[in-house]
Amino acid sequence: MRNFINFVIRSWFFILFILLFGVSLLLLFSNNNYHKAAYINSANNVSGKVLEAESEVTDYFALKKANALLAEENARLRSQSRSAYEIANKKFFEKDDTIHLLKYNYTAAKVINNSTDRRNNYITLNKGSLHGIKPQMAVISPNGIVGVVKDVSQNYSTVLSLLHKAVRVSAKLQKTDNFGSLAWDGTNPDYAYLRDIAIYVKLKQGDTIVTTSFSDIFPEGIMVGTVDRLEEKSNDAFHLIRVKLSTNFSSLTHVYVISDFTRAERDTLEEKTIKAVEHDANGN
Amino acid sequence: MGIEIIKNIFRFFLLLALQILVLNKIQLSVYLNPFLYVLFILSLPIETPRGLVLVLAFITGLIMDMFGDTLGMHTTACLFVGLLRPGMIKLISPREGVDYFKPSLQHLGLPKYLVYAGVLVFVHHFVLFFIEYFRFAELIHMFIKIFASSAFTLILILISQQFFSRSKSNS
Repeated sequence: MRNFINFVIRSWFFILFILLFGVSLLLLFSNNNYHKAAYINSANNVSGKVLEAESEVTDYFALKKANALLAEENARLRSQSRSAYEIANKKFFEKDDTIHLLKYNYTAAKVINNSTDRRNNYITLNKGSLHGIKPQMAVISPNGIVGVVKDVSQNYSTVLSLLHKAVRVSAKLQKTDNFGSLAWDGTNPDYAYLRDIAIYVKLKQGDTIVTTSFSDIFPEGIMVGTVDRLEEKSNDAFHLIRVKLSTNFSSLTHVYVISDFTRAERDTLEEKTIKAVEHDANGN
Repeated sequence: MGIEIIKNIFRFFLLLALQILVLNKIQLSVYLNPFLYVLFILSLPIETPRGLVLVLAFITGLIMDMFGDTLGMHTTACLFVGLLRPGMIKLISPREGVDYFKPSLQHLGLPKYLVYAGVLVFVHHFVLFFIEYFRFAELIHMFIKIFASSAFTLILILISQQFFSRSKSNS
């Protein structure tokens, strides 16, 4: 006992280190746990305010580009809107269509913090739970996918960028519907890699890649990027495709957060199925 | 002593602001992430109790993590710097008997300061990027990043030390 006390007194420095090290490991693991929200992040009141004030200043430099991007998107949406169409067949046309159900709602948000040079990049948005943002919602830019909401505070939210080790997106070729899994390799923020598309599928440069309906985060058909080149990989049944991402992550200013109205229903159903299967497995 | 404390508090805020508002925003390359804020832990006065250094390093890392959403990463990396700092200081102490000197470029000279800052910056970056990557397949990328970013941080540290010492001698 005496020896032990002597040891503690002599090496209190090391014990303090172990103690603090334990705390930081705890923080490290809690951050990687997606079901548990972290509170020490850029979405809290102090850091959110500082980052927002900073982006108020620096945003002016990106204003021109952001305006052009949004104007282009407006033009694209206008040409899709009802006023751009003419009724071709005067005999039969739908007047008030009730077949279509509203499934997605888009909330506009501004990026107040962003990085592209880390292995795991995060984005901070200036909208939070007060604006209806919840964890696991999809985030897209006018050009394509951006990421997934991680933590939410009242006025801010943090987003896992597509440029993050943990983010994998189910993506497909728009032409042929062959799907695979897209992830960033941590080197160039302009490109990501698409795997698991069978080698017999014919591809060419410039083919469009969009999200699939299997993703429980992104709606189907959101632009991801275009085929840039096929990486040489021998002895394999699958392509490794380098995809040029359509979103320019280094000049991200305005994004949309998508809330899915059917999300809760889908989640509870899938949970029920998984539980039933587990129950069966245990029963037998 | 009082002036020394105020100086260090000032350095703390200046370096963190510089890191968070400027250096974190400059996206040079995936391999070049300078972390100049480590200079705060490096330049704490020599007589600072080791325990206090450890606690200050912990707090510094925690603030960095808060702004970068990297919970635990900078905290752990800074803790290792705090752990190894006393040993490094013993290593670079001029000689027996001289117990007061400042851990700065001006007081230590380039070779000694380079060893002191180089080792601690390397340890910090090694721990940080090891946690960030934590994947066997990307080991090469990790090491490129550790060496390139350490060198970059070290250059920034030397430049800022030069700048501070010059402004001090002018006044």
